[in-house]
Amino acid sequence: MAVDANTVRRVARLARIHEPDSRLESLAGELNTILGWIEMLNEVDVEGVEPMTSAVETTLPLREDVVTDGGNSQKIVANAPRSADGFFVVPKVVE
Amino acid sequence: MTQLTELTLAAARDGLASKAFSAVELTTAFNAAIEAANPHLNAYVVTTPEKALEMAAASDARLKAGNAGTLEGIPLGIKDLFCTEGVRATACSNILGEFKPTYESTVTSQLWRDGAVMLGKLNMDEFAMGSSNETSRFGPVVNPWKRQDGANASLTPGGSSGGSAAAVAADLCLGATATDTGGSIRQPAAFTGTVGIKPTYGRASRFGIVAFASSLDQAGPIAKTVLDSAIMLGSMCGHDPEDSTSLQIPVPDFAAAVSRGVKGLKIGVPKEYRVDGMPEAIEKLWSDGIAWLKDAGAEIVDVSLPHTKYALPCYYIVAPAEASSNLARYDGMRFGARVEGETLTEVYEQSRAQGFGNEVKRRILIGTYVLSAGYYDAYYLRAQRVRTKIAEDFRLAWQKCDALLTPTAPSAAFGLGEKSDDPIQMYLNDVFTVTANLAGLPGISVPAALDSQGLPLGLQVIGRALDEETVFAVAGVLEAQSGFNAKAKSWW
Repeated sequence: MAVDANTVRRVARLARIHEPDSRLESLAGELNTILGWIEMLNEVDVEGVEPMTSAVETTLPLREDVVTDGGNSQKIVANAPRSADGFFVVPKVVE
Repeated sequence: MTQLTELTLAAARDGLASKAFSAVELTTAFNAAIEAANPHLNAYVVTTPEKALEMAAASDARLKAGNAGTLEGIPLGIKDLFCTEGVRATACSNILGEFKPTYESTVTSQLWRDGAVMLGKLNMDEFAMGSSNETSRFGPVVNPWKRQDGANASLTPGGSSGGSAAAVAADLCLGATATDTGGSIRQPAAFTGTVGIKPTYGRASRFGIVAFASSLDQAGPIAKTVLDSAIMLGSMCGHDPEDSTSLQIPVPDFAAAVSRGVKGLKIGVPKEYRVDGMPEAIEKLWSDGIAWLKDAGAEIVDVSLPHTKYALPCYYIVAPAEASSNLARYDGMRFGARVEGETLTEVYEQSRAQGFGNEVKRRILIGTYVLSAGYYDAYYLRAQRVRTKIAEDFRLAWQKCDALLTPTAPSAAFGLGEKSDDPIQMYLNDVFTVTANLAGLPGISVPAALDSQGLPLGLQVIGRALDEETVFAVAGVLEAQSGFNAKAKSWW
């Protein structure tokens, strides 16, 4: 499953990270080295083995269905790159 | 008053209780030590000397009134991964810009509840991704320790909690918070002659800690002694409704376990941890450790953890996959740095391209790839199955022993820049520590010897889930029997 420049471009697009064309080949090389090393896992017989989902056996707790938070919009936008009137200001999404 | 900074946390607590010195005097000594040392070591990325003095004054009032907490007046450093209300938290990444949290992480709020004093925020690898502190936006931390070869090379303090480890080793705090996803508490502790423990997954709340890989991340302390680390860990742990993975179980008296001894305990020595090319000094330290525990009344048993060699490749699927999801939130919209562009997609792509460093981008790309359509089963699902096998290795081992003894890292501290060109060589630093994260088990690193270059080496103890007390008991014996008390000679 070797990764080529086109795959890197597609994955970078999925991850919303701009990678210039000049970087794609070297990134493909780096990823192939790491993915090649990871291939080692194919040696392990995992037939019938359940995937691990939690480190300690436990059930997810439920809490009371009550409002515990809110009324702090100024705190929420305090670190926004741009905000106005307690809202986030974002680039135009719909023409 | 520089001698105050050389105290252990436990000794400082005694001194405060007996009024030998005040919390303000203690904090003043640390503020001065940090100001003098930090330009050379780069351990702190934010210092909060005035806030520290205010907190210390409040501690003095509580000490006087007789209602002191368990960490009353104790100055601590906080890894930059923890959200601290009103004090910049960036995970040492450019993408967080000048982010000032409007809330406090649960772990740090518990430390302040118990009276601790905040000295500042500590340097680390960007988003905790690294083993040498070289991926930090603020540049690497320099290890206080030097090789004795006269070349004066700058060494890494390890990573990702390199600032925490270096600050403790250089007496720039009495203890520090840290986090461990694949070894980020234990490897830096080993590289700096300090003690670091990662508790069982779920012991400490992850609320307010910048997420890297949520099924592996766990907070813990780095401190000067085993007892100090136990005192700090007791304050950091406990159930938190804000983190659904935090366990609803009481926190034991960790400090009391340190002097419990190992008489009658069975200590496992896993043969798979004997790797090719391991330095002789580490081999010797491991045998010494076995002998010390035997002398103290433990029984040594050989055990096998056959899937050990698959742990790192497994980790390098699970951790990047979870990271690629967690780091999707950094989109330049709600907080952190935004790079403007023509379209929304361009803003996302440019903000993330310029905000993330190369190692973080590499891991996001790997994570995105292994989670993408058509590859999920082959990579992520297979890795989670291998993870089950790794956890089963430990479950079988616990039928024969109560704790495992291994080296912490495959080498002593290496030079800054020595491994930064080869990601896999860098990843191999975590070969002995990453298994405990995958299985969710507690692990501690205890400094126990110096190598031929005069650099510290650590031994690791891994215990059963929720059995930190046995881990502390074994660590306490290793600390006492090794007689390790070396300190880095000050050049800063």
